[in-house]
Amino acid sequence: MDKAGEMWRFDGALARVSRMAGMGMLTLRGDLATEAIGGAVSAAVGLAVPQTRRIGFGPQGAVAWMSPDELLLLVPGADRAARQEAMRPPLEGRHHLLADVSDARAVFTVEGPACRDVLAKIMPVDLDPRAFGPGQILRSRAGQVAAAIWMEREERITLLCFRSVAGYMGELLKTSAGESGDPAYFRPEAG
Amino acid sequence: MLILHCPHCGAEAAETDLTPGGQAHLRREGPGASDEAFEAYLFQRDNPKGVHFERWRHAYGCGKWFIAARATDTMEVFGTYPAQTSAPPRELLDRIAERRPDWRGRGEA
Amino acid sequence: MSVRLKTGGRLIDRSQPRSFRFNGRVLRGYKGDTLASALLASGQTLLGRSFKYHRPRGLVGSGVEEPNGLVALGTGDQLEPNQRTTTTELREGMELRSQNHWPSLGFDIGALNSLAPRLFPAGFYYKTFTWPRSFWKHVYEPIIRRSAGLGPAPDAEARDPDSYEHFHAFVDVLVIGGGLAGLEAARVAGASGARVLLIEQTAHWGGRAAKDEQIVNGSPVDNLVEEIRAELSAMGNVQCRSRTMGVGVYDHGLVLAVENLAENASINDAARQRLWKIRAGQVIVATGALERPLSFAGNDVPGVMLASAIRDYLIDFGVSPGDRTVVVTNNDSAYRTAIALKTHGLDVPAILDARAGGGGALAQEARALGIRVEAGRGIARVLGGRAVRGVAICAQAGEGVVQEEIACDAVAMSGGWSPVVHLWSHCGGKLRWDDAAAAFGPDVDKAPLGADGAPFVSAAGTANGVWGLGAVLADSARVGAEVAARLRREGAAPRSVEIDAPEEAPMEPVWLMPQGAGPKLRAKAFLDFQNDVKVSDVQLAAQEGFASVEHAKRYTTLGMATDQGKLSNINGLAILSDALGQPIPQTGTTTFRPPYAPLTLGVIAGEAHGSLFQPVRETPMQAWHEARGAYCEPVGQWRRPYCYPVGEESHEDAVRREVRAVREGVGMLDASTLGKILVQGPDAGRFLDMLYTGRISTLAIGKCRYGLMCSENGFLMDDGVVARLGPESFLVHTTTGGADHIHAHMEDWLQTEWWDWQVYTANLTEQYAQIVVAGPKARDVLEALGGMDVSEARLPFMTWAEGALGGFDARVFRISFSGELSFEIAVPAGQGQALWDAILKAGADHAITPYGTEALHVLRAERGFIMIGDETDGTVIPQDLGLDWAIARKKDDYIGKRAQARAHMVDPERWTLVGLQTIDGTVLPDGAYAVDAGENENGQRNVQGRVTSSYFSPTLGRGIALGLVRRGPERMGEVLEFPRIGGASAMARIVSPVFYDPEAEATDG
Repeated sequence: MDKAGEMWRFDGALARVSRMAGMGMLTLRGDLATEAIGGAVSAAVGLAVPQTRRIGFGPQGAVAWMSPDELLLLVPGADRAARQEAMRPPLEGRHHLLADVSDARAVFTVEGPACRDVLAKIMPVDLDPRAFGPGQILRSRAGQVAAAIWMEREERITLLCFRSVAGYMGELLKTSAGESGDPAYFRPEAG
Repeated sequence: MLILHCPHCGAEAAETDLTPGGQAHLRREGPGASDEAFEAYLFQRDNPKGVHFERWRHAYGCGKWFIAARATDTMEVFGTYPAQTSAPPRELLDRIAERRPDWRGRGEA
Repeated sequence: MSVRLKTGGRLIDRSQPRSFRFNGRVLRGYKGDTLASALLASGQTLLGRSFKYHRPRGLVGSGVEEPNGLVALGTGDQLEPNQRTTTTELREGMELRSQNHWPSLGFDIGALNSLAPRLFPAGFYYKTFTWPRSFWKHVYEPIIRRSAGLGPAPDAEARDPDSYEHFHAFVDVLVIGGGLAGLEAARVAGASGARVLLIEQTAHWGGRAAKDEQIVNGSPVDNLVEEIRAELSAMGNVQCRSRTMGVGVYDHGLVLAVENLAENASINDAARQRLWKIRAGQVIVATGALERPLSFAGNDVPGVMLASAIRDYLIDFGVSPGDRTVVVTNNDSAYRTAIALKTHGLDVPAILDARAGGGGALAQEARALGIRVEAGRGIARVLGGRAVRGVAICAQAGEGVVQEEIACDAVAMSGGWSPVVHLWSHCGGKLRWDDAAAAFGPDVDKAPLGADGAPFVSAAGTANGVWGLGAVLADSARVGAEVAARLRREGAAPRSVEIDAPEEAPMEPVWLMPQGAGPKLRAKAFLDFQNDVKVSDVQLAAQEGFASVEHAKRYTTLGMATDQGKLSNINGLAILSDALGQPIPQTGTTTFRPPYAPLTLGVIAGEAHGSLFQPVRETPMQAWHEARGAYCEPVGQWRRPYCYPVGEESHEDAVRREVRAVREGVGMLDASTLGKILVQGPDAGRFLDMLYTGRISTLAIGKCRYGLMCSENGFLMDDGVVARLGPESFLVHTTTGGADHIHAHMEDWLQTEWWDWQVYTANLTEQYAQIVVAGPKARDVLEALGGMDVSEARLPFMTWAEGALGGFDARVFRISFSGELSFEIAVPAGQGQALWDAILKAGADHAITPYGTEALHVLRAERGFIMIGDETDGTVIPQDLGLDWAIARKKDDYIGKRAQARAHMVDPERWTLVGLQTIDGTVLPDGAYAVDAGENENGQRNVQGRVTSSYFSPTLGRGIALGLVRRGPERMGEVLEFPRIGGASAMARIVSPVFYDPEAEATDG
């Protein structure tokens, strides 16, 4: 999703935080085991339906497992109408829900060797590499609001939250990445 | 501070990621129910010291409801299972019976 | 007089001096000092005053157990009262002030309390302040308020400038305590490959062992500490954190710990403390033991200290607490203090060993050094007031007849050791009494249980009631391996050690010295030094019937000071047991609750202060509202514009102007916060028929319908407009506050009751910006925007259409909450501001007026529309609000239907919605009650109704109100009395709730 643009960037002592813009996001609900959903995902991003709590990446976009009957498709913002159109034939006549949620979400990235430490300050989840790494998606809370995070590669965590709390989330991430301490928990050598 | 295994997404969810939903396996009473039956459905809840079946939603995670069998006195969790059922799974009841030989089953304890 | 020795001090760096101020006086210490060691090194033995009697107080301990050595630290915004000097590391420039005295530390008027301690017996507060009742407000309360608390509270306007943070760690094994027990347990468990976190409250590793100068495998114990530390560092799966104190153990392996960063930080803008929220599969408590004081008369005089503390100050910091120290003990460990003092060139006039048989090998060593050792002796009383001058000695077996007075300026006391079982106990671990050690230790058969019903906390070493370095190491290795095995892993083998430890004689419990001490001595023998609880107080409590340890604690305040009784608890309950004539285990302990030691509110809050105190939700147009000078009000976590004052305009005037604009011209409102939930699927209509009181499934595509949602209790919980988007697709609008919980409500029913119904929901609230354009000129504005046909023919009332509007892809709803011609326009949120700007421009010719939530409220109240949260409060059913028309009575079922048939719900006496119009045109107080004849059993006026909404109506030029009144609609024209607070009652007539446009003509423009 590197094609998406940055709204702003903050270089903190621990990590770089950026708010991203222009990412297209589509919610798809349905029976994930069916050919209809598989076909729609393939048509949208050329990927297979991800396993539980996994996220798949490809040249056309990404697809994340959100719940047992819900996926989130990540596509270039400009393509979202076309991708929805492409998904319709396999879904035709099948019980499903497809909705554009691009404007309902805010996307941030936290980059750098300390990105796990930055997130572990504000999220009650196990970010140890044994528990969380590239290809996985976690849904929980960051500070006081709902958030999902995933890794496309090491040293870069993407965070998704509701748009209305983007201001709060930006401040929270900046504080965690910049103005407070360095737990150096995931990089003991830095402590 | 409970940790409950979400049977839908497999996460070991902390209590802060969950919302409670009270006693599980209530049978809904609607129009036509007697006053007594409706009152029991609406208000009469078990409050056992020991084995209890509770509804929980993995609200900050996958959003799905599940049921946890838990000992209210020791916080032991005997198991969790999806909420789309009207009775606990057999193997879970067996496990509870093994852990709590004195337990006499739901609604009797 | 205490003093710094010329040499020694294993923890201080004499090349790095540090200066600080105590009560304004500049004092000096070294890097590595605690505040306590630096104060003691400067000769400051008097540090404060006790809570009740204002008795002089000096240091007793050297660590977290310290009850007396508390100071006010810092100034201004950084002032912190009651900071423990024994656990605070010295930094350059610190400001300390002593506490709880007036006018000065040396001369304190409050100490007069001490002259008449019989005026303050156990239960003094309960006995005194209950009578006479009239004294409470003007006599007792002011006195209590003035004398309450130890340290000064920070200024009410002070704001802590420091920052704090949290950290979430997930480990297989958490080891609490970095003494040799914790180090060894971590080593053995770490070798299994498990993720291990080892935390230590001080800045140093190795615990007490190093101070006891033991030899392991032929070399000092420090070498063993370093060896294990090196092994741990080499393990990638083990992390060690010093200055990190475990403060609480909770269910399912949650442990809270506080890490002090400031002492370590070179820069001041970094976080000061970090709260660790640790989830551990297994917890090993290796928290060691604390030494107990002895109870003899005058044991609170400054200069009387724990023997271990004196050893710490001497060996760790090179500080001598006195030139001549008398040692008094009931066990062998205190001999180490005597030997250390002697070998540092200090005088030990005598060791008083209360045991008739005296000590073991260490006693021999002491005698060999020329120290006088007296067996079977104790202290009758301490001589001196503000400092120790000497001790009067007596036979322990007697009643305190003085045999001899010995001049000294310090007393080292040891009453034995108590394992630190707090963290073991927090989550349900039980204790057993160990007769040999005269202490409670963990009962390994009753460990705290985890989620799997198996133990998740283990105690290791001294904390486990195991004594002696060799035994401690063996026990810790055993626990480390056992914990690894619980994780289905294999720990390391125990290390083989040869320890050159002297043979020790068994300790003998001594709860009172001398054992037959009379009332005068007992009244000066202190148990709780901070709260001034004496042996005599606990005995009095028992005599007055407080036989439960929990009751006796509260009655005497024993163990209720800031140290939470770390020194006093066991001694106190031994005295209580003796007074009750029962063994100590039968008396039991008070409950150990977290936190182990106080933690700051700042670290609990973490980053959640200032702008991060609470999330504030923002609509896409929030920045515009704020730039426009909107006065915002909180609505859930949103900040919605209440009104937009122009210039110097008052809020009241702004609201009136905005209301008039909508009634006479056109206004615009940011309605983006309204909930928007997509409900889709073959069973969507059937599902919404269950959710709403009305029938939704018959709604035609393109149409809108107002609906009510009730809880299963029948009570109205939300309302809004449903639009049918397609054959299987509905868009549900909820109230602003309802968006999240109505979505959750839907998922609850879909997932747990009707899971076979084919319905999916999606909360699209934030996907859309929604703007209301309302007023007689609303259509003109939309037409000026250009694009889709919004005529009455194409878009009649309660319909919606999609199309291009002013170049935007919009969905336009023809619905009205103001009673005027009104359109609600939804576009993707990212285009919200652009649409807002476009509407403002298109409406400029009509002087389009942005309006806020208050105008919205007035407009709807004039029209008699209810508002969730005003007309409803969780006890109101739709029938109470005259909304029967929105209930499909013929439907078999809907959520709440059965409840609405319950006897009380169909009672004709229920309070029902009416309009209220004051006789004099004024505005009724919101929430005011209408009184009725007679009084209830509490002597209050009976009531027959209440105001639910009340506003000044600019349209009608008078006050209007909605209210719920008993049999209201049947009583049109009746006048009710509404008392005002502190004024004459308002009189209001019952009228129709529709004040404006009862024929609903304005809605059509």
